[in-house]
Amino acid sequence: MKSKRGSMDTLFLSMRHINKQYTGVKALDDVEFSIREGEIHCLAGTNGSGKSTLVKIISGVEQPEAGAQIEIAGEPAGQLNSMDSIRHGIEVIYQDLSLFPNLSVQENIAMSELVSSKTQWVSWKKAHTIAVEAMDKIGVSIPLDQTVSRLSMADRQLVAICRALTKDVRLLIMDEPTTALTKKEVDALLSVVVDLKKKGIATLFISHKLNEVMQVAERVTVLRDGVKIGCYPSSELDDKKIEYYMTGTTTVYTPYHVMPDTSGAPVLELDGLSKEGNFKDISMSVYPGEIVGITGLLGSGRTELALSIFGLNPPDEGTMRIDGEPVVIDTVKQAVSHGIAYVPENRLVEGLVLDQSVGKNVVMTVLDRMLTASKCIDVQQVDRSIARWVRELKIKVPSVDSAVKTLSGGNQQRVVLAKWIATEPKLFILDNPTVGIDIAAKTSIHEVIKHLAAEGVGVIIISDEIAEVLYTCNRVLVMNRGRILKQFISSEANEEEIQRYIESHAV
Amino acid sequence: MRKLFQRHETYVLVIILLFSVIITSVNHNFLTLENALDLLKSYSFTGIMAIGVLFVLISGGIDISFAAVATIAEYVTVLIVLRIGGSMITAFAFAVLIGAALGAVNGLLIYRFKIPPIITTIATMNVYYGLLIVITRGKWIYALPDCFRSFAEIRVGSFGVQDGSAFGVSVVTIIWFLLLIAAAVLLRYTRLGRSIYAVGGDKISAERVGFRVGRVQVFVYAFMGTMAAIAGIVQALLVQTVAPNSIVGKELDVIAAVVLGGASLAGGVGTVFGTFLGVMLLAIVQNGMTLMKVSAVWYDVFVGLVVILSVGFSSYKQKKQQSSSKIDIRESAPSAGVSADTLQES
Repeated sequence: MKSKRGSMDTLFLSMRHINKQYTGVKALDDVEFSIREGEIHCLAGTNGSGKSTLVKIISGVEQPEAGAQIEIAGEPAGQLNSMDSIRHGIEVIYQDLSLFPNLSVQENIAMSELVSSKTQWVSWKKAHTIAVEAMDKIGVSIPLDQTVSRLSMADRQLVAICRALTKDVRLLIMDEPTTALTKKEVDALLSVVVDLKKKGIATLFISHKLNEVMQVAERVTVLRDGVKIGCYPSSELDDKKIEYYMTGTTTVYTPYHVMPDTSGAPVLELDGLSKEGNFKDISMSVYPGEIVGITGLLGSGRTELALSIFGLNPPDEGTMRIDGEPVVIDTVKQAVSHGIAYVPENRLVEGLVLDQSVGKNVVMTVLDRMLTASKCIDVQQVDRSIARWVRELKIKVPSVDSAVKTLSGGNQQRVVLAKWIATEPKLFILDNPTVGIDIAAKTSIHEVIKHLAAEGVGVIIISDEIAEVLYTCNRVLVMNRGRILKQFISSEANEEEIQRYIESHAV
Repeated sequence: MRKLFQRHETYVLVIILLFSVIITSVNHNFLTLENALDLLKSYSFTGIMAIGVLFVLISGGIDISFAAVATIAEYVTVLIVLRIGGSMITAFAFAVLIGAALGAVNGLLIYRFKIPPIITTIATMNVYYGLLIVITRGKWIYALPDCFRSFAEIRVGSFGVQDGSAFGVSVVTIIWFLLLIAAAVLLRYTRLGRSIYAVGGDKISAERVGFRVGRVQVFVYAFMGTMAAIAGIVQALLVQTVAPNSIVGKELDVIAAVVLGGASLAGGVGTVFGTFLGVMLLAIVQNGMTLMKVSAVWYDVFVGLVVILSVGFSSYKQKKQQSSSKIDIRESAPSAGVSADTLQES
């Protein structure tokens, strides 16, 4: 390989004495970080550990405080801005993907090329070639003229990855890349990363699904509360160890074994529920205190079913009973009045008013219960209620007046949970509640859910992650092509068995 | 074919045809070449401003001050040309300079101080227009420079004589169409054009990809100012007098036309062709009402209704498309080569 850019042992990026402070919170405290050319590296840490801040500094979006030393390919790089970073071959795929929803797939992929091309003129033919080539690199095909706003989350992720690969990349940074991908897509992505390594391109993963990334990573840097805990060869790490480094404690998965109260009527009972083009003949029941998991591949109709129960996607046929009483739910208002709460998968757009404060979001669903005699909002009661839920759900926030959009993913998800738990629901539906958040936050969210169920709430959890439904639910239903194919009793099933079952029905 | 029905432009075209049929059935004078050319002439003023508004809307902003900018450019340019002489080229050059400068001020204010565009431009509209009235005391200019008079009479082609006067494609229509073509090329085939869509789609993403969002914003408002200034001169050519109060008040009509043409106030969406159709729809509604002898006081009511119907229908259609993501719920996927028909036969 004569075009090899230096040996694999030379550092591509080296950073020392990185400090960063945000309004009183120390995000990074004298952090040191390095990545070799062509290395696959993993950056691990819980919410608020500073890993996103470190990425922002590497990509030039944020500047570190004075005293920082940054070297790229052996040369001191001084203060980086985002253009400098791109010029050095650093490409970041953010968690929000940074796509343009109004533009076509083709243009989104070719966008970086467009920005850096020497001519002012746009060649659509060239854009087409670039997009096709990028897709070929990871072996996917998405209609090129489709508008990105019409794509599924998984496809959007792929578009973002394709775009990053169009540049002369030296270091590819991926912030939580595997969360919206199916197993097949993750495998495809990881094999691409290994391919890139052969070309001397380094990859930095920021991922909470450590097992997948560890298959290919060489070293893992762990951050906790803005401090670097260490950098370890991945061969020395296992799930338990990394979790310990990240959180300072080890959590034990406690299966949910509280027996539901089946003496009365089920909280929810579906009988032959069907919706054209969504799902067919769904019959299931959820008893008070029971947690029922629904899993299956993306596009199996799980989310559509959840939306139907919540009144957002009225079914064509079948009956729905709440507490044994037949009901018709056509609107969210009816669903809420029947005691149903729903936490959507795409928490960023569907569950929260991002520009509003944490406090306002938390009490949004229950404001009408907090009125004074004169029908004005009882401010004191509202404040008490906000304080209670922020405390109970351990939402990490400098002030309850901060806008929700300033929070990390895990904390945002907890705000959504708080908002609905405050309504004291009978039936709680969660669609992929822990997508994109780390182990510690995940465990604490599972604890909240189990606690709710133990108090007699019926819970439905929809998740791609078999472990998540298996260890938090009494029963696991597998959906495919809009039907419930099989039911597993958690205490009698194991992960491999369910995984095998799903894959045997995959198309 | 299906693609055609997903486009907003198709619906506007259908509405335009529908109106044309209705109006023609009442008054045959509507569907004549003379009337068409006349509309293309008198609406070139609105149409040129609409191009600027389109750019601003695509970038995710809005401008309320452009009518004031157009008035100032028109008034000051005419004063300058009256004082120092010169040709139409000097006139357009001065107007463009004034318009671009006033527009750039909007862009800089919006980018530097992060004031919402609507507030910024309402404020600058008041400042610009207020100053003009203070300085000119609202005086009209009746005697335009000679070059304005002779230039306005230029036309291409001669399609016959009616009431003793020949008619053809007016020079202002040609200016409008050249600007339409230039704008379409700029939006579709230049990096600058695509950066406007990118900024309107997602500002943060645009910044991350490496676009200079500030520059794009300043350009867009300066471009708006430029279009307004050219429209101002076109207005002077059309009516042959300059009145400080004749343009201000038309802002919302122009914005309505652009929105009718499919641009979104949320940014990121819109085409030059759509904008042209939006302006023509507005023109046809107004002209048709005159030809059908409907009192002019009804004009605003109709424009409002047309906007609601057209934009509402298009948004509703889009919403339906988004929610109908289908899942294949058949029992098992048909294997290759076996269609449903052959299954039934066997």
